Amino acid sequence: MCQCNCHGPKSDLSLLDDVLKEYAGSSSNLITILQKAQNIYGYLPKDVMYCIADKVGITPADVMGVATFYSQFRLTPIGKYLIMSCQGTACHVNGSERVTAAISEYLGIGNGETTADGLFTLENVACLGCCSLAPVIMINGEAYGNLTPDSAVAVLKGIQEKEGK
Amino acid sequence: MRIVIGEGSCGIAAGASKVHKAIEAVMTANEPFSLGSTGCIGMCFLEPIVDLYDGKTLLRRLVKVTADDAVSIVEAARSGDLSKVDSITISAEDEEFLNRQTRIALRHCGLIDPVSLDDYREADGYQALEKALKTMTPEQVIEEIKISGLAGRGGAGFPTWFKWNAARQSVSDTKYLICNADEGDPGAFMDRAVIESDPHSLIEGMLIGAYAIGACEMIVYVRAEYPLAIANLEIAIAQAKKANLLGENILGTGFSCDMRIKAGAGAFVCGEETALIESLEGKRGMPRLKPPVPAQKGYMDEPSNINNVETFANVSWIINNGGEAFAAMGTENSKGTKVFALTGKIRKGGLVEIPMGKTLRDVIYGIGGGIRDNKEFKAVQMGGPSGGCIPKELLDTFIDYKALAATGAIMGSGGMVVMDESTCMVGMAKFFLDFTALESCGKCVHCRIGTARMQEILTRIVKGEGKDGDIELLEELCEAVKDGALCGLGQTAPNPVLTTIRYFRNEYEAHIKEKKCPAKECVDLLTYSIDAEACRGCTLCAKKCPAHAISGAVKQAHVINSEACIRCGQCVNSCRFGAIIVE
Repeated sequence: MCQCNCHGPKSDLSLLDDVLKEYAGSSSNLITILQKAQNIYGYLPKDVMYCIADKVGITPADVMGVATFYSQFRLTPIGKYLIMSCQGTACHVNGSERVTAAISEYLGIGNGETTADGLFTLENVACLGCCSLAPVIMINGEAYGNLTPDSAVAVLKGIQEKEGK
Repeated sequence: MRIVIGEGSCGIAAGASKVHKAIEAVMTANEPFSLGSTGCIGMCFLEPIVDLYDGKTLLRRLVKVTADDAVSIVEAARSGDLSKVDSITISAEDEEFLNRQTRIALRHCGLIDPVSLDDYREADGYQALEKALKTMTPEQVIEEIKISGLAGRGGAGFPTWFKWNAARQSVSDTKYLICNADEGDPGAFMDRAVIESDPHSLIEGMLIGAYAIGACEMIVYVRAEYPLAIANLEIAIAQAKKANLLGENILGTGFSCDMRIKAGAGAFVCGEETALIESLEGKRGMPRLKPPVPAQKGYMDEPSNINNVETFANVSWIINNGGEAFAAMGTENSKGTKVFALTGKIRKGGLVEIPMGKTLRDVIYGIGGGIRDNKEFKAVQMGGPSGGCIPKELLDTFIDYKALAATGAIMGSGGMVVMDESTCMVGMAKFFLDFTALESCGKCVHCRIGTARMQEILTRIVKGEGKDGDIELLEELCEAVKDGALCGLGQTAPNPVLTTIRYFRNEYEAHIKEKKCPAKECVDLLTYSIDAEACRGCTLCAKKCPAHAISGAVKQAHVINSEACIRCGQCVNSCRFGAIIVE
């Protein structure tokens, strides 16, 4: 059993069993374990990180240190739709700032935040690598390119409509 | 006939998968043609791209294809009447984009099926490996690479043979060969294209390197943001293992070497080789002090050699064709070809591979077709956040490690972001400092504090709060950070600031002294007004204005309340009479 004293919601730690069985043998696998844990839970809940520390044989601070160092890891749950807004150079010179600002204003959330209805999370990310389509956002893996502030908001409205919001 | 769809990341982002599905949907059971996919050919501006082949001969290249074109494509392939797809066939002018290139690292990209070992073998794949393992000693391999003059394509431009030799000389039973595929430079995507589109060439190049240094294991550190690259490389590794090209006793030669992928987790500093090693070991990716260099003590404290994807992609070509053939291209101190990711305000963006020694003008105008929307070229950013901008006057600079370094920029990994008159250079410097300040790992004071202070000063300049002496203060900080930072990230972080001050000092001065942004990009310094003569009173701008800052009666000249104006530019975009004045 994990020695977690935190008071947050309890995660189902049994989901981690297979991952830990395969990778817990060496602390050099920590990043891989965290990636797989995030795939399972959608983010890295505190009790999950305690559990990983315990099984890998390192301190919770070590786990937290790595989890907060890399931009891929999230410490809070995400919305149903993850909007990744590309901040790469090509997107920047093609007006990504205005696109991001329009999304932010329309949804009323900033970078890393989730809408109250749990539908959208906005995340500013480093280059997505579709530079010729700049400015680009990616929503749940699908890229939308050559955006303007208006067309970006239209994409979001389309999703809201689909979700009946 | 074969229909082949370009399904690299850019192609997919532009809709290639939808085209694929649409073509599948109109196909019947017994078609006289087959449908397949390939990787990225690098003509991003024409995606999605569909090629029609007869055997190995390209009959037609179709561009900007949409799902609606599926029927005519299938009909053309069925009947052989290619006039049915005339309207979406690539133009002669656009064909020049590829014709003017010399492709070595990208030689198979967009031409073969990335996940077919047979395709790769048919394209002379794994012949270089066989030649190296069966007819050459490790020393001879290193010598051939030395003759070729191949230098690290990740940015530093360090001679590859020298690193290999140093790792070879280190005595240990366990050595590692690592591929740096943590392509973090925003605006560069050639490594992704190679892994996605030609993963076997990476494996082959790495195997030759592993044989040369005596490595027992190869690790590819790939950005997690490149899921397709990871997926294709995983398939290729499995195929290579099955074909005895990886693992024990490769091709019966007694040489054994394994390979695995490690997905990065998003940290620009991990492109620095010792930070990458820390990350491979499961730690925070913070650089180590050198010496010892990785060739002596790297991953798990064992001798390790790290090269970039593009570097490895050249290796098998060099072994097949000889180091001299490679060295025959380029300049005195820069040999072979280099791949550039051409993006920004360019007409034809994509991947460009050319021999060293061509000029920036050749790339931007000759291949890239110049600037979009008939605007003026202003500068090109080379080498991303570690590089610098090169202005119009220096467009005839040769692509050569030394010549580019003399401008204050660097060759870097090959990102080339083109900027036009509407890009503010102070804003650009701030953009890069925002990036490096965020990505600084915090280990050394100069980088952690220095980039933050530079970012603060640049922020106040673009907000119109710049002070006399800010330029000099920035210059002083730049020198201190360059000298004092521990790793390449900090040492090169001042480059964008230094080059923009060097070539565009007048823009800095305009921001600080006149509180004006000459490129009209820094919103805090702009004022919007309406030219009463030109305004027809159509009311469109007033309706569009999200701040309700525009008033006026129908058919009367409108007025902008500058107190309420949020300077979003919506009125400019909506006005059909060019009546909005931005100063």
